[in-house]
Amino acid sequence: MAADLMRRMAPGDRLAPETTAAYIKPNNRLTSRERLEIYTKSYWYRLLDSLYEDFPGLRAVLGQRAFARLAEAYLADKPSASWTLRNLGGRLEDWLRAHPDFAGQRLLLALDMIRLEWAHIEAFDGGVSPVLGPEDLLELGPHLRMGLQPYIRLVELSYPVDDLRIKVNSASCEHGAASNAVLKRKTGGLVRRIARLDREHIFLAVHRLDFTVYYRRLEPEEYAVLAALRAGRPVGRAVAAVSQASLARVETWFAAWAEMGWLCKG
Amino acid sequence: MPANRFNGFTDYGIGVGLRIPHYEHILEKKPVVGWFEIISENYMVDGGRPLAILDQILEQYRVVQHGVSMYFGSAERLNRDHLRRLKALVRRTQTPWLTDHLCWGSVDGRYSHDLLPMPYTFEAAKLTARKVRAARDFLEVPIAVENVSSYAEFHESEMTEWEFLNEVVERADCGILLDVNNIYVSSRNHDFNPYDYLNAVTPGRVAQIHIAGHSKFTRYILDTHDHPVIDPVWKLYEHAIRRVGPTATLLEWDDRIPSFGEVHAEARKAEKYLAAPALVTP
Repeated sequence: MAADLMRRMAPGDRLAPETTAAYIKPNNRLTSRERLEIYTKSYWYRLLDSLYEDFPGLRAVLGQRAFARLAEAYLADKPSASWTLRNLGGRLEDWLRAHPDFAGQRLLLALDMIRLEWAHIEAFDGGVSPVLGPEDLLELGPHLRMGLQPYIRLVELSYPVDDLRIKVNSASCEHGAASNAVLKRKTGGLVRRIARLDREHIFLAVHRLDFTVYYRRLEPEEYAVLAALRAGRPVGRAVAAVSQASLARVETWFAAWAEMGWLCKG
Repeated sequence: MPANRFNGFTDYGIGVGLRIPHYEHILEKKPVVGWFEIISENYMVDGGRPLAILDQILEQYRVVQHGVSMYFGSAERLNRDHLRRLKALVRRTQTPWLTDHLCWGSVDGRYSHDLLPMPYTFEAAKLTARKVRAARDFLEVPIAVENVSSYAEFHESEMTEWEFLNEVVERADCGILLDVNNIYVSSRNHDFNPYDYLNAVTPGRVAQIHIAGHSKFTRYILDTHDHPVIDPVWKLYEHAIRRVGPTATLLEWDDRIPSFGEVHAEARKAEKYLAAPALVTP
């Protein structure tokens, strides 16, 4: 009985009034349906709020109304399948690819922003492995294996959404501190910036430093080496594809990655 | 009574829920607090700031874990990934006992992220108790289940909420996290006498008590944890303490969170009741 009842009462489902009345008692102030609605309304508020907080950049790209339409359709189609709300947006990119109409003309930009914002979530609380120390680099050679910290996300994008997301962040940080007039000016500037945004092929590492998430632009070959390390290739193979012109920079890249604690045992 | 097998034979006093807006104040000012209750799920992550903050808190304070997504009452099996992560956190915090809600919240792998009321049936009690036992065996820590506030009742119910609570905890042989604000909220929403509820609870099973504020609407009360505790709830708390004895007590404040000092001062109002002599001995 319990499973059957729970299945019928599952939030998000649209129940016929007679079904609700068959399961839920009314009282002298609320009908069965009104009592159920206390739960269904809070279900939608809670989940929509969660997506709203996790994807501020996507909201800016689509606008509030289109974002709300997308969020409701996504949640109806892909209800939470995880015990934690943190994972709520994990299927949004694939879902939007299958339902491109929800992003209209800005589909590619929206997909890029989703990819960046999901990477941001993963970088924030992703795992960390012991950082490679100088003693680990003693046997530096082509067969040495080193990994990339699990919290780092490598993303290849068609639009410079990193800049846009930083602007969105700073606009929302100023919300509350700024007067309405100033805020309106800033939001208006953001909308114009999105409308004028040109395509630009960029490579990013979404990482964290002192528990704050940062976006670091990478050179294409630098990105390729990091991706190879992430895939478990030994250092020698990872750098094999680097062009002659960039070889001199490999040492600088490794030094910078080590400085930021990106490298761990492979 | 304060120390029993359901709270790991501890004698914790008044605690406060650990919330993000208070991190900085707590780590900088190091206020004297009996213990902190954490929402387990906020720290069941692989790394980053949440765990770094938790580790700093653990260096200085006692921590008890409170969960919101075990869903003992859901008809489906316990989620193994959830349990594994929870056990890792239990090892990290060394929580003397662990709590979650007597509710359901998922079905067929879909999660509501809400604490949904149970149908009070013997079948549901049996299934819920089996899951509490399974979780306790896996986690190797005493478990106490919390009565939730509710806004709906089922025709299918075969007993009162307090009879159901007793049925579950007896079958599971687990503790109770007695939320007196939830009893008050539900009593107003379902028109029962909250003292009947309190008087029916087995005192020796109470591991911990929750107090909180709520929001009153025209036709129902909502458990919002965004206000100070109201007098009728303090009176219920006083009655609970006199029945159960001085018990670890936690103030929940989850929305429109004021300064740490204000939250702590509200929690410390419980001190005068904890000092009163108990009516009943275990």
